[in-house]
Amino acid sequence: MSIFYFVAFLAIFFALMTIFTKNPVHSVLYLVITFFTLTIHYILLNAQFLAVVNFIVYMGAIMVLFLFVLMLLNLNEDTEPMKSNLVKIIGAIAGMCLIATFLGAFRVIQPTNELVAGNADIGLVKNLGKVLFNEFLLPFEISSILLLTAMVGAVLLAKKEVRKA
Amino acid sequence: MEAFILEKLILVAIVFTISLVIAMYSTLAERKVAGFMQDRYGPNRAGIGGILQPLCDGGKFFFKEEIIPAGAHKVLFVVGPTLAIITACISSAVIPWGQTLTIGGREVVLQVADINVGVLYIFGVVALGVYGIMIGGWASNNKFSLMGAIRAASQSISYEIGMGLSIIALLMVTGTLSMGEIVAQQSGFVNWNIWVQPLGFLIFMTCAFAECNRVPFDLPECETELVGGYHTEYSSMKLGLYMFSEYINMFVSSALMAALYFGGYNFPFMYELGLSQNWITIIGVLVFFLKIFGFIFFFMWIRWTLPRFRYDQLMNLGWKMLIPLAIANIVLTGVITIIKDTYF
Repeated sequence: MSIFYFVAFLAIFFALMTIFTKNPVHSVLYLVITFFTLTIHYILLNAQFLAVVNFIVYMGAIMVLFLFVLMLLNLNEDTEPMKSNLVKIIGAIAGMCLIATFLGAFRVIQPTNELVAGNADIGLVKNLGKVLFNEFLLPFEISSILLLTAMVGAVLLAKKEVRKA
Repeated sequence: MEAFILEKLILVAIVFTISLVIAMYSTLAERKVAGFMQDRYGPNRAGIGGILQPLCDGGKFFFKEEIIPAGAHKVLFVVGPTLAIITACISSAVIPWGQTLTIGGREVVLQVADINVGVLYIFGVVALGVYGIMIGGWASNNKFSLMGAIRAASQSISYEIGMGLSIIALLMVTGTLSMGEIVAQQSGFVNWNIWVQPLGFLIFMTCAFAECNRVPFDLPECETELVGGYHTEYSSMKLGLYMFSEYINMFVSSALMAALYFGGYNFPFMYELGLSQNWITIIGVLVFFLKIFGFIFFFMWIRWTLPRFRYDQLMNLGWKMLIPLAIANIVLTGVITIIKDTYF
Protein backbone atom coordinates (compact mmCIF):
# COMPACT_ATOMS: atom_id res chain seq x y z
CA MET A 1 0.00 0.00 0.00
CA SER A 2 2.86 2.36 0.78
CA ILE A 3 4.14 1.89 -2.79
CA PHE A 4 0.74 2.93 -4.04
CA TYR A 5 0.75 6.13 -2.00
CA PHE A 6 4.28 6.99 -3.08
CA VAL A 7 3.50 6.43 -6.77
CA ALA A 8 0.20 8.27 -6.46
CA PHE A 9 2.01 11.21 -4.89
CA LEU A 10 4.52 11.21 -7.75
CA ALA A 11 1.72 11.02 -10.32
CA ILE A 12 -0.11 14.01 -8.87
CA PHE A 13 3.11 15.94 -8.37
CA PHE A 14 4.23 15.53 -11.97
CA ALA A 15 0.71 16.17 -13.25
CA LEU A 16 0.75 19.50 -11.40
CA MET A 17 4.23 20.25 -12.76
CA THR A 18 2.83 19.62 -16.26
CA ILE A 19 0.32 22.39 -15.73
CA PHE A 20 2.47 24.90 -13.87
CA THR A 21 5.68 24.82 -15.86
CA LYS A 22 6.09 27.67 -18.35
CA ASN A 23 8.06 25.92 -21.07
CA PRO A 24 5.87 23.70 -23.30
CA VAL A 25 8.65 21.16 -23.91
CA HIS A 26 9.19 20.75 -20.15
CA SER A 27 5.45 20.39 -19.78
CA VAL A 28 5.40 17.49 -22.23
CA LEU A 29 8.35 15.84 -20.50
CA TYR A 30 6.56 16.06 -17.14
CA LEU A 31 3.49 14.54 -18.80
CA VAL A 32 5.67 11.68 -20.00
CA ILE A 33 6.77 11.04 -16.40
CA THR A 34 3.12 11.21 -15.31
CA PHE A 35 2.25 8.52 -17.82
CA PHE A 36 5.15 6.48 -16.51
CA THR A 37 3.76 6.63 -12.97
CA LEU A 38 0.38 5.54 -14.35
CA THR A 39 2.12 2.55 -15.93
CA ILE A 40 3.45 1.63 -12.48
CA HIS A 41 -0.11 1.88 -11.15
CA TYR A 42 -1.30 -0.60 -13.76
CA ILE A 43 1.49 -2.99 -12.81
CA LEU A 44 0.48 -2.68 -9.13
CA LEU A 45 -3.05 -3.66 -10.21
CA ASN A 46 -1.60 -6.74 -12.00
CA ALA A 47 -2.78 -5.37 -15.35
CA GLN A 48 0.42 -6.10 -17.23
CA PHE A 49 -1.00 -5.78 -20.71
CA LEU A 50 -2.62 -2.43 -20.00
CA ALA A 51 0.62 -1.24 -18.39
CA VAL A 52 2.75 -2.12 -21.38
CA VAL A 53 0.25 -0.77 -23.87
CA ASN A 54 0.03 2.47 -21.91
CA PHE A 55 3.82 2.54 -22.01
CA ILE A 56 4.05 1.92 -25.76
CA VAL A 57 1.12 3.97 -27.01
CA TYR A 58 1.17 6.98 -24.69
CA MET A 59 4.81 7.31 -23.74
CA GLY A 60 6.32 5.79 -26.85
CA ALA A 61 4.11 7.19 -29.59
CA ILE A 62 1.67 9.94 -28.63
CA MET A 63 4.05 11.90 -26.41
CA VAL A 64 6.82 11.58 -28.98
CA LEU A 65 4.45 13.16 -31.50
CA PHE A 66 3.59 15.93 -29.01
CA LEU A 67 7.27 16.59 -28.44
CA PHE A 68 7.87 16.44 -32.18
CA VAL A 69 5.26 19.12 -32.91
CA LEU A 70 6.42 21.35 -30.06
CA MET A 71 10.04 21.13 -31.13
CA LEU A 72 9.09 21.83 -34.71
CA LEU A 73 7.10 24.93 -33.75
CA ASN A 74 9.66 25.86 -31.07
CA LEU A 75 7.07 27.60 -28.90
CA ASN A 76 8.20 29.61 -25.90
CA GLU A 77 6.93 32.34 -23.62
CA ASP A 78 7.63 35.11 -26.14
CA THR A 79 5.70 33.62 -29.01
CA GLU A 80 2.69 32.63 -26.92
CA PRO A 81 -0.29 34.72 -28.00
CA MET A 82 -1.98 36.66 -25.20
CA LYS A 83 -5.36 35.15 -24.52
CA SER A 84 -8.22 37.49 -23.82
CA ASN A 85 -9.84 37.57 -20.37
CA LEU A 86 -13.07 36.22 -21.82
CA VAL A 87 -11.33 33.00 -22.87
CA LYS A 88 -9.78 32.66 -19.41
CA ILE A 89 -13.16 33.09 -17.68
CA ILE A 90 -14.84 30.61 -20.00
CA GLY A 91 -12.02 28.15 -19.37
CA ALA A 92 -12.31 28.53 -15.60
CA ILE A 93 -16.09 28.01 -15.67
CA ALA A 94 -15.79 24.95 -17.90
CA GLY A 95 -13.15 23.50 -15.59
CA MET A 96 -15.35 24.07 -12.55
CA CYS A 97 -18.25 22.34 -14.28
CA LEU A 98 -16.03 19.32 -14.94
CA ILE A 99 -14.94 19.21 -11.30
CA ALA A 100 -18.58 19.43 -10.16
CA THR A 101 -19.51 16.57 -12.47
CA PHE A 102 -16.66 14.39 -11.24
CA LEU A 103 -17.42 15.16 -7.60
CA GLY A 104 -21.07 14.26 -8.13
CA ALA A 105 -20.10 11.06 -9.89
CA PHE A 106 -17.52 9.95 -7.33
CA ARG A 107 -19.80 10.75 -4.38
CA VAL A 108 -22.35 8.11 -5.34
CA ILE A 109 -19.80 5.52 -6.42
CA GLN A 110 -19.67 2.39 -4.29
CA PRO A 111 -16.58 0.26 -4.66
CA THR A 112 -17.52 -3.39 -5.05
CA ASN A 113 -14.69 -5.53 -3.84
CA GLU A 114 -15.99 -8.71 -5.43
CA LEU A 115 -15.54 -7.34 -8.92
CA VAL A 116 -11.87 -6.53 -8.37
CA ALA A 117 -11.01 -9.60 -6.36
CA GLY A 118 -13.08 -11.90 -8.58
CA ASN A 119 -10.32 -12.58 -11.06
CA ALA A 120 -6.96 -11.11 -10.16
CA ASP A 121 -5.41 -12.28 -13.42
CA ILE A 122 -7.94 -10.53 -15.63
CA GLY A 123 -5.22 -8.07 -16.75
CA LEU A 124 -3.05 -10.75 -18.33
CA VAL A 125 -3.10 -10.82 -22.12
CA LYS A 126 -4.73 -14.21 -22.53
CA ASN A 127 -7.65 -13.48 -20.17
CA LEU A 128 -8.12 -9.95 -21.44
CA GLY A 129 -8.23 -11.14 -25.04
CA LYS A 130 -10.84 -13.77 -24.24
CA VAL A 131 -13.02 -11.26 -22.42
CA LEU A 132 -12.66 -8.66 -25.17
CA PHE A 133 -13.51 -11.03 -28.01
CA ASN A 134 -16.33 -12.87 -26.23
CA GLU A 135 -18.26 -10.68 -23.82
CA PHE A 136 -17.33 -7.28 -25.21
CA LEU A 137 -17.01 -8.06 -28.91
CA LEU A 138 -19.50 -5.44 -30.10
CA PRO A 139 -18.14 -2.49 -28.10
CA PHE A 140 -14.63 -3.53 -29.10
CA GLU A 141 -15.46 -3.59 -32.80
CA ILE A 142 -17.38 -0.33 -32.59
CA SER A 143 -14.47 1.42 -30.93
CA SER A 144 -12.15 0.10 -33.62
CA ILE A 145 -14.48 1.53 -36.26
CA LEU A 146 -14.36 4.81 -34.38
CA LEU A 147 -10.56 4.78 -34.56
CA LEU A 148 -10.69 3.94 -38.25
CA THR A 149 -13.04 6.88 -38.85
CA ALA A 150 -10.64 9.21 -37.07
CA MET A 151 -7.78 7.90 -39.17
CA VAL A 152 -9.66 8.32 -42.46
CA GLY A 153 -10.68 11.82 -41.36
CA ALA A 154 -7.09 12.78 -40.61
CA VAL A 155 -5.93 11.51 -44.00
CA LEU A 156 -8.75 13.38 -45.70
CA LEU A 157 -7.83 16.62 -43.93
CA ALA A 158 -4.13 16.25 -44.71
CA LYS A 159 -4.66 15.43 -48.36
CA LYS A 160 -4.39 18.29 -50.79
CA GLU A 161 -7.51 19.01 -52.73
CA VAL A 162 -7.20 18.15 -56.39
CA ARG A 163 -8.42 20.99 -58.56
CA LYS A 164 -10.94 20.11 -61.20
CA ALA A 165 -9.74 21.02 -64.63
CA MET B 1 14.03 -15.52 -1.56
CA GLU B 2 17.39 -13.94 -0.77
CA ALA B 3 19.19 -16.56 -2.84
CA PHE B 4 16.79 -15.79 -5.69
CA ILE B 5 17.51 -12.06 -5.54
CA LEU B 6 21.25 -12.70 -5.32
CA GLU B 7 21.07 -15.05 -8.30
CA LYS B 8 19.18 -12.49 -10.37
CA LEU B 9 21.57 -9.70 -9.34
CA ILE B 10 24.56 -11.73 -10.47
CA LEU B 11 22.79 -12.50 -13.75
CA VAL B 12 21.97 -8.81 -14.26
CA ALA B 13 25.59 -7.87 -13.58
CA ILE B 14 26.83 -10.47 -16.07
CA VAL B 15 24.37 -9.44 -18.79
CA PHE B 16 25.18 -5.77 -18.21
CA THR B 17 28.93 -6.38 -18.42
CA ILE B 18 28.59 -8.54 -21.50
CA SER B 19 26.49 -5.99 -23.34
CA LEU B 20 28.91 -3.19 -22.45
CA VAL B 21 31.96 -5.23 -23.51
CA ILE B 22 30.28 -6.28 -26.73
CA ALA B 23 29.32 -2.66 -27.44
CA MET B 24 32.93 -1.65 -26.77
CA TYR B 25 34.38 -4.27 -29.07
CA SER B 26 31.73 -3.60 -31.71
CA THR B 27 33.45 -0.27 -32.31
CA LEU B 28 36.69 -2.10 -33.03
CA ALA B 29 34.89 -4.76 -35.07
CA GLU B 30 33.17 -2.07 -37.09
CA ARG B 31 36.47 -0.46 -38.02
CA LYS B 32 38.05 -3.83 -38.75
CA VAL B 33 35.11 -4.81 -40.96
CA ALA B 34 35.31 -1.45 -42.70
CA GLY B 35 39.00 -2.07 -43.29
CA PHE B 36 38.28 -5.53 -44.65
CA MET B 37 35.56 -4.22 -46.99
CA GLN B 38 37.78 -1.42 -48.25
CA ASP B 39 40.87 -3.59 -48.60
CA ARG B 40 42.97 -2.00 -45.85
CA TYR B 41 44.07 -2.99 -42.36
CA GLY B 42 41.93 -0.96 -39.96
CA PRO B 43 43.26 -0.12 -36.48
CA ASN B 44 46.19 -2.41 -35.65
CA ARG B 45 48.55 -0.34 -33.48
CA ALA B 46 47.18 -0.64 -29.93
CA GLY B 47 47.85 -4.16 -28.66
CA ILE B 48 47.97 -7.29 -30.79
CA GLY B 49 45.93 -6.62 -33.93
CA GLY B 50 44.42 -3.50 -32.35
CA ILE B 51 42.78 -5.41 -29.48
CA LEU B 52 43.30 -2.54 -27.01
CA GLN B 53 41.90 0.12 -29.37
CA PRO B 54 38.45 0.35 -27.62
CA LEU B 55 40.15 0.95 -24.25
CA CYS B 56 42.20 3.79 -25.74
CA ASP B 57 39.08 5.28 -27.34
CA GLY B 58 37.19 5.03 -24.04
CA GLY B 59 40.05 6.68 -22.17
CA LYS B 60 40.21 9.44 -24.74
CA PHE B 61 36.47 10.07 -24.32
CA PHE B 62 36.87 10.44 -20.56
CA PHE B 63 39.80 12.85 -20.73
CA LYS B 64 38.42 15.17 -23.38
CA GLU B 65 37.05 18.51 -22.36
CA GLU B 66 33.38 18.50 -21.52
CA ILE B 67 31.59 21.34 -23.28
CA ILE B 68 28.07 22.47 -22.55
CA PRO B 69 27.12 25.23 -25.00
CA ALA B 70 26.08 28.57 -23.49
CA GLY B 71 22.65 28.51 -25.14
CA ALA B 72 21.93 24.90 -24.21
CA HIS B 73 19.45 23.76 -21.60
CA LYS B 74 21.88 22.51 -18.93
CA VAL B 75 19.77 19.81 -17.27
CA LEU B 76 18.21 18.32 -20.39
CA PHE B 77 21.57 18.44 -22.18
CA VAL B 78 22.82 15.91 -19.62
CA VAL B 79 19.53 13.99 -19.42
CA GLY B 80 19.62 13.23 -23.18
CA PRO B 81 22.64 10.88 -23.32
CA THR B 82 21.75 9.45 -19.89
CA LEU B 83 18.32 8.41 -21.09
CA ALA B 84 19.78 7.01 -24.31
CA ILE B 85 22.18 4.71 -22.46
CA ILE B 86 19.61 3.67 -19.81
CA THR B 87 16.96 2.66 -22.34
CA ALA B 88 19.60 0.79 -24.35
CA CYS B 89 20.73 -1.17 -21.29
CA ILE B 90 17.35 -2.15 -19.82
CA SER B 91 16.02 -3.73 -23.01
CA SER B 92 18.16 -6.85 -22.57
CA ALA B 93 16.27 -7.81 -19.38
CA VAL B 94 13.76 -10.16 -21.00
CA ILE B 95 16.04 -11.92 -23.49
CA PRO B 96 16.51 -15.61 -22.65
CA TRP B 97 20.24 -16.29 -22.91
CA GLY B 98 20.04 -20.01 -22.32
CA GLN B 99 18.17 -22.86 -20.68
CA THR B 100 18.62 -23.80 -17.03
CA LEU B 101 21.98 -24.48 -15.44
CA THR B 102 22.14 -26.78 -12.41
CA ILE B 103 24.74 -25.50 -10.00
CA GLY B 104 25.00 -27.43 -6.73
CA GLY B 105 21.44 -28.75 -6.90
CA ARG B 106 20.06 -25.33 -7.68
CA GLU B 107 18.41 -24.59 -11.03
CA VAL B 108 19.42 -21.26 -12.48
CA VAL B 109 17.36 -19.92 -15.38
CA LEU B 110 19.54 -17.88 -17.71
CA GLN B 111 17.00 -15.12 -18.21
CA VAL B 112 16.70 -12.06 -16.01
CA ALA B 113 12.90 -11.75 -16.12
CA ASP B 114 10.45 -13.97 -17.95
CA ILE B 115 7.48 -11.61 -17.85
CA ASN B 116 4.47 -12.75 -19.85
CA VAL B 117 4.44 -9.61 -21.98
CA GLY B 118 8.17 -9.84 -22.82
CA VAL B 119 7.88 -8.95 -26.50
CA LEU B 120 5.76 -5.90 -25.70
CA TYR B 121 8.23 -4.85 -23.00
CA ILE B 122 11.07 -4.74 -25.52
CA PHE B 123 8.83 -2.89 -27.91
CA GLY B 124 8.04 -0.29 -25.25
CA VAL B 125 11.67 0.23 -24.30
CA VAL B 126 12.62 0.62 -27.95
CA ALA B 127 9.88 3.22 -28.31
CA LEU B 128 11.31 5.03 -25.31
CA GLY B 129 14.80 5.07 -26.80
CA VAL B 130 14.02 7.97 -29.09
CA TYR B 131 13.53 10.32 -26.12
CA GLY B 132 17.27 10.37 -25.44
CA ILE B 133 17.95 11.57 -28.97
CA MET B 134 15.05 14.04 -29.03
CA ILE B 135 15.82 15.62 -25.66
CA GLY B 136 19.53 15.85 -26.43
CA GLY B 137 18.90 17.35 -29.86
CA TRP B 138 16.46 19.92 -28.54
CA ALA B 139 18.52 20.88 -25.50
CA SER B 140 21.57 21.59 -27.67
CA ASN B 141 19.83 24.71 -28.97
CA ASN B 142 21.26 24.14 -32.41
CA LYS B 143 19.30 23.98 -35.67
CA PHE B 144 21.22 20.97 -36.97
CA SER B 145 20.75 19.07 -33.72
CA LEU B 146 17.05 19.87 -33.73
CA MET B 147 16.69 18.70 -37.33
CA GLY B 148 18.45 15.47 -36.42
CA ALA B 149 16.21 14.98 -33.39
CA ILE B 150 13.05 15.60 -35.40
CA ARG B 151 14.18 13.19 -38.09
CA ALA B 152 14.91 10.59 -35.43
CA ALA B 153 11.44 11.00 -33.92
CA SER B 154 9.48 10.71 -37.16
CA GLN B 155 11.63 7.84 -38.40
CA SER B 156 11.28 5.93 -35.16
CA ILE B 157 7.49 6.34 -35.07
CA SER B 158 7.09 5.33 -38.71
CA TYR B 159 9.15 2.17 -38.41
CA GLU B 160 7.73 1.14 -35.04
CA ILE B 161 4.41 0.51 -36.77
CA GLY B 162 5.95 -1.82 -39.32
CA MET B 163 7.91 -3.54 -36.59
CA GLY B 164 4.82 -4.03 -34.42
CA LEU B 165 2.80 -5.42 -37.32
CA SER B 166 5.54 -7.87 -38.27
CA ILE B 167 5.66 -9.06 -34.64
CA ILE B 168 1.87 -9.56 -34.61
CA ALA B 169 2.21 -12.11 -37.42
CA LEU B 170 4.90 -13.85 -35.39
CA LEU B 171 2.69 -13.88 -32.30
CA MET B 172 -0.11 -15.49 -34.32
CA VAL B 173 2.26 -18.39 -34.93
CA THR B 174 3.74 -18.66 -31.44
CA GLY B 175 0.58 -17.89 -29.45
CA THR B 176 2.49 -16.30 -26.58
CA LEU B 177 4.11 -12.99 -25.71
CA SER B 178 6.71 -14.46 -23.36
CA MET B 179 10.22 -14.43 -24.79
CA GLY B 180 11.18 -17.54 -22.83
CA GLU B 181 8.34 -19.56 -24.32
CA ILE B 182 8.87 -18.26 -27.85
CA VAL B 183 12.48 -19.44 -27.79
CA ALA B 184 11.64 -22.73 -26.05
CA GLN B 185 9.14 -23.52 -28.82
CA GLN B 186 11.84 -23.38 -31.48
CA SER B 187 13.86 -26.39 -30.32
CA GLY B 188 16.07 -28.10 -32.86
CA PHE B 189 16.37 -26.67 -36.32
CA VAL B 190 13.12 -27.20 -38.24
CA ASN B 191 11.04 -25.36 -35.62
CA TRP B 192 12.79 -22.02 -36.06
CA ASN B 193 10.33 -19.25 -36.73
CA ILE B 194 12.25 -18.05 -39.78
CA TRP B 195 10.85 -20.99 -41.77
CA VAL B 196 7.25 -19.92 -41.12
CA GLN B 197 7.78 -16.16 -41.06
CA PRO B 198 10.40 -15.26 -43.69
CA LEU B 199 8.58 -12.12 -44.82
CA GLY B 200 7.94 -11.06 -41.23
CA PHE B 201 11.62 -11.46 -40.48
CA LEU B 202 12.63 -9.28 -43.44
CA ILE B 203 10.25 -6.53 -42.31
CA PHE B 204 11.38 -6.85 -38.70
CA MET B 205 15.03 -6.64 -39.69
CA THR B 206 14.52 -3.59 -41.88
CA CYS B 207 12.68 -1.86 -39.06
CA ALA B 208 15.39 -2.86 -36.59
CA PHE B 209 17.96 -1.16 -38.82
CA ALA B 210 15.82 1.97 -38.82
CA GLU B 211 15.25 1.88 -35.05
CA CYS B 212 18.99 1.58 -34.43
CA ASN B 213 19.67 4.55 -36.73
CA ARG B 214 22.06 2.44 -38.73
CA VAL B 215 22.99 2.92 -42.37
CA PRO B 216 21.04 3.03 -44.67
CA PHE B 217 18.63 4.71 -42.21
CA ASP B 218 21.08 6.92 -40.31
CA LEU B 219 19.48 10.20 -41.36
CA PRO B 220 19.33 11.62 -37.80
CA GLU B 221 23.13 11.85 -37.91
CA CYS B 222 23.57 12.40 -41.63
CA GLU B 223 26.87 14.31 -41.63
CA THR B 224 26.68 15.54 -45.20
CA GLU B 225 23.48 17.45 -44.43
CA LEU B 226 23.42 18.03 -40.68
CA VAL B 227 27.08 18.38 -39.56
CA GLY B 228 26.76 15.68 -36.89
CA GLY B 229 23.01 15.39 -36.52
CA TYR B 230 21.51 15.28 -33.04
CA HIS B 231 24.91 15.00 -31.33
CA THR B 232 26.56 17.95 -33.10
CA GLU B 233 27.09 19.85 -29.82
CA TYR B 234 28.20 16.87 -27.75
CA SER B 235 31.77 16.17 -26.78
CA SER B 236 33.71 13.83 -24.49
CA MET B 237 31.89 11.01 -22.71
CA LYS B 238 28.40 12.34 -23.47
CA LEU B 239 29.08 11.75 -27.15
CA GLY B 240 30.59 8.45 -26.09
CA LEU B 241 27.34 7.47 -24.35
CA TYR B 242 25.32 8.21 -27.49
CA MET B 243 27.65 6.06 -29.58
CA PHE B 244 27.65 3.37 -26.92
CA SER B 245 23.87 3.30 -26.79
CA GLU B 246 23.80 2.86 -30.56
CA TYR B 247 26.07 -0.17 -30.34
CA ILE B 248 24.15 -1.65 -27.40
CA ASN B 249 20.93 -1.20 -29.36
CA MET B 250 22.56 -3.02 -32.25
CA PHE B 251 23.57 -5.85 -29.92
CA VAL B 252 20.09 -6.09 -28.39
CA SER B 253 18.30 -6.06 -31.73
CA SER B 254 20.68 -8.73 -33.02
CA ALA B 255 19.86 -10.80 -29.94
CA LEU B 256 16.16 -10.16 -30.53
CA MET B 257 16.32 -11.28 -34.17
CA ALA B 258 18.27 -14.37 -33.18
CA ALA B 259 15.83 -15.17 -30.36
CA LEU B 260 12.57 -14.47 -32.17
CA TYR B 261 13.33 -15.91 -35.59
CA PHE B 262 16.53 -17.96 -35.46
CA GLY B 263 15.85 -20.18 -32.48
CA GLY B 264 17.84 -18.33 -29.83
CA TYR B 265 19.93 -20.84 -27.88
CA ASN B 266 18.56 -23.81 -29.84
CA PHE B 267 20.89 -25.65 -32.15
CA PRO B 268 20.42 -28.66 -34.48
CA PHE B 269 20.51 -32.12 -32.85
CA MET B 270 20.66 -30.58 -29.36
CA TYR B 271 18.95 -33.55 -27.71
CA GLU B 272 20.25 -36.34 -30.00
CA LEU B 273 23.90 -36.00 -29.03
CA GLY B 274 23.35 -37.40 -25.54
CA LEU B 275 24.76 -34.42 -23.68
CA SER B 276 23.87 -33.55 -20.10
CA GLN B 277 21.55 -30.60 -19.47
CA ASN B 278 24.39 -28.34 -18.31
CA TRP B 279 26.38 -28.96 -21.47
CA ILE B 280 23.34 -28.34 -23.66
CA THR B 281 22.82 -25.03 -21.86
CA ILE B 282 26.45 -23.95 -22.16
CA ILE B 283 26.68 -24.86 -25.84
CA GLY B 284 23.28 -23.20 -26.34
CA VAL B 285 24.56 -19.92 -24.87
CA LEU B 286 27.62 -20.06 -27.12
CA VAL B 287 25.45 -20.80 -30.16
CA PHE B 288 23.18 -17.90 -29.26
CA PHE B 289 26.13 -15.53 -29.09
CA LEU B 290 27.45 -16.90 -32.37
CA LYS B 291 24.10 -16.03 -33.98
CA ILE B 292 24.20 -12.57 -32.38
CA PHE B 293 27.71 -11.93 -33.70
CA GLY B 294 26.52 -13.05 -37.11
CA PHE B 295 23.79 -10.43 -37.05
CA ILE B 296 26.16 -7.75 -35.76
CA PHE B 297 28.47 -8.55 -38.66
CA PHE B 298 25.48 -8.28 -40.99
CA PHE B 299 24.70 -4.82 -39.58
CA MET B 300 28.27 -3.75 -40.34
CA TRP B 301 28.32 -5.40 -43.74
CA ILE B 302 25.21 -3.39 -44.72
CA ARG B 303 26.76 -0.21 -43.35
CA TRP B 304 29.82 -0.43 -45.56
CA THR B 305 27.89 -1.60 -48.61
CA LEU B 306 24.74 0.48 -49.03
CA PRO B 307 24.44 4.24 -49.49
CA ARG B 308 22.11 6.31 -47.32
CA PHE B 309 18.46 6.80 -48.25
CA ARG B 310 17.01 10.18 -49.06
CA TYR B 311 14.49 11.27 -46.44
CA ASP B 312 11.38 10.98 -48.65
CA GLN B 313 12.57 7.55 -49.80
CA LEU B 314 12.87 6.54 -46.17
CA MET B 315 9.32 7.63 -45.41
CA ASN B 316 7.94 6.01 -48.58
CA LEU B 317 9.65 2.74 -47.74
CA GLY B 318 8.26 2.78 -44.22
CA TRP B 319 4.67 3.79 -44.93
CA LYS B 320 4.00 2.61 -48.47
CA MET B 321 6.07 -0.57 -48.58
CA LEU B 322 6.69 -2.09 -45.15
CA ILE B 323 3.33 -1.41 -43.50
CA PRO B 324 1.18 -2.81 -46.37
CA LEU B 325 3.57 -5.77 -46.65
CA ALA B 326 3.32 -6.39 -42.90
CA ILE B 327 -0.50 -6.27 -43.03
CA ALA B 328 -0.49 -8.65 -45.99
CA ASN B 329 1.77 -10.91 -43.97
CA ILE B 330 -0.71 -10.90 -41.07
CA VAL B 331 -3.60 -11.83 -43.39
CA LEU B 332 -1.51 -14.53 -45.07
CA THR B 333 -0.47 -15.97 -41.71
CA GLY B 334 -4.10 -16.02 -40.56
CA VAL B 335 -5.31 -17.77 -43.72
CA ILE B 336 -2.54 -20.38 -43.57
CA THR B 337 -3.22 -21.02 -39.88
CA ILE B 338 -6.92 -21.59 -40.54
CA ILE B 339 -6.24 -23.88 -43.52
CA LYS B 340 -3.76 -25.86 -41.41
CA ASP B 341 -6.22 -26.16 -38.52
CA THR B 342 -9.14 -27.30 -40.72
CA TYR B 343 -7.51 -29.63 -43.22
CA PHE B 344 -4.40 -31.10 -41.55
